[in-house]
Amino acid sequence: MPSVMIRKDQAGKMTLYVPKKDLEETVVAIEHDSEDKWGGEFTLADGSAYYIEPLSEPPRLPITLRAKRAGEG
Amino acid sequence: MATMSRDEVESLIQEVLEVYPEKAKANRAKHLSPNDPELEQSKKCITSNKKSLPGLMTIRGCAYAGSKGVVWGPIKDMIHISHGPVGCGQYSRAGRRNYYIGTTGVNAFVTMNFTSDFQEKDIVFGGDKKLAKLIDEIETLFPLNKGISIQSECPIGLIGDDIEAVAKAKTKEHGKTVVPVRCEGFRGVSQSLGHHIANDAVRDWVLSARDEDDTFETTPYDVAIIGDYNIGGDAWSSRILLEEMGLRCVAQWSGDGTISEMELTPKVKLNLVHCYRSMNYISRHMEEKYQIPWMEYNFFGPTKTIESLRKIAAHFDETIQAKCEEVIAKYKPEWDEVIAKFRPRLEGKKVMLYIGGLRPRHVIGAYEDLGMEVIGTGYEFGHNDDYDRTLKEMGDATLLYDDVTGYEFEEFVKALKPDLIGSGIKEKYIFQKMGIPFRQMHSWDYSGPYHGFDGFAIFARDMDMTLNNPCWNKLQAPWKQTAESADAVAASA
Repeated sequence: MPSVMIRKDQAGKMTLYVPKKDLEETVVAIEHDSEDKWGGEFTLADGSAYYIEPLSEPPRLPITLRAKRAGEG
Repeated sequence: MATMSRDEVESLIQEVLEVYPEKAKANRAKHLSPNDPELEQSKKCITSNKKSLPGLMTIRGCAYAGSKGVVWGPIKDMIHISHGPVGCGQYSRAGRRNYYIGTTGVNAFVTMNFTSDFQEKDIVFGGDKKLAKLIDEIETLFPLNKGISIQSECPIGLIGDDIEAVAKAKTKEHGKTVVPVRCEGFRGVSQSLGHHIANDAVRDWVLSARDEDDTFETTPYDVAIIGDYNIGGDAWSSRILLEEMGLRCVAQWSGDGTISEMELTPKVKLNLVHCYRSMNYISRHMEEKYQIPWMEYNFFGPTKTIESLRKIAAHFDETIQAKCEEVIAKYKPEWDEVIAKFRPRLEGKKVMLYIGGLRPRHVIGAYEDLGMEVIGTGYEFGHNDDYDRTLKEMGDATLLYDDVTGYEFEEFVKALKPDLIGSGIKEKYIFQKMGIPFRQMHSWDYSGPYHGFDGFAIFARDMDMTLNNPCWNKLQAPWKQTAESADAVAASA
């Protein structure tokens, strides 16, 4: 259950940063990205995926959230 | 090195690793790699930020060094107590040349050493009482201090002292910020964790002090310089460029900085991060909490400086952008002259670097401006994200070495035969005795500043005077010289 920080980089792309792993990667897909539900599985550009408990609305970025490793089964 | 192919570099690494036992060899192999600028992610070629192997001569420091020596130490109007035995503070005292303005011992304290000088009885009975007494003494002797930080050395964590409780009590008693920093040397694998702990201490104990107070008059052009430790005056030569552009530098973190500047940083419009490795944590925190964007910049060498100035100006309106171009135009004749003078003397020379957490990639541009080529680089305590940023800066099949050991570094130098090495004081004399020109790149070999356009002139001069120093021809005893070299001496006379 690492803490991850989600922010928009200078080009406006959403990135996910995992401090413990020094991993900063562009988010290529979010499972739920609508006005009333935001979160779920985040797929990153390097192929890894993290699961964040869906929020009831899109948060103000950047934000630090708890994430679970997802994907790869 | 252009003359060395990827395979040759690979085989060099294998050759150097040959002397290690099987396990150590497997471990070290992951930290050494030829560069591949095509890769997006460094983790595919190099491992970093891992525990150094026992028995190998690492060049790293400890968490205390990262916190007291790097992040907290340069804050000039606070007193930083080296809490624990006397040596840690004394042997690191004033070594980093963080310049500051102030009267030392009256309202500035950077080069002084404050320590609780632990003895056996403090280890046995605990040192909290001594710490409390020490803080009271500081208040009596140095009443103009603006705050105190308690930098823990190893024993504090081992015996379980409650420095937080002392800090809270003394904050109340004296009405000044007292920050306990849990940066015991044994934490983490290098000084890098010390930076992180120091950043977290700033976040928890200092940063939010003026959140409720909006008496500070802000302008739309407020910026903070983050991660510039004013080594030899670096932050000053960066700051004048930003100010000429029309920006207002509210804070310098932490070279020549003050606690009040730190408290005001949440009010700026943009954080400019020079040392990403040591200060990205606090910048990320400020982005999240105060919505202050941050950007990395690089003020080494005119090419990178111009690039960075334009990138900074792009965050502001057109007046700043126009002024930015004016500043660049103003200094152009200056650096053109520097390049015209020194480039012919340095052209084509090869450099190997091994520095801390930022310069192994940041100074590459400055060397390239002088026509020099960086053929190998590495970090003492860089993380993956540092190497991510390095891959693109370095040429194909150049050598990357992470947490290089004394032995490996020497062997690489023997094989690659660079014309100049830039590394720390521990490496300096070994390589000088091997007859290789050397610059101590942690604190600029008692020179500096190297940042900005003014700094570039000094950088170029220093590289020239080291590389082209006549002493390098004199390393061989006269009676051992061959007829050929004697003829050369005669011809030059």
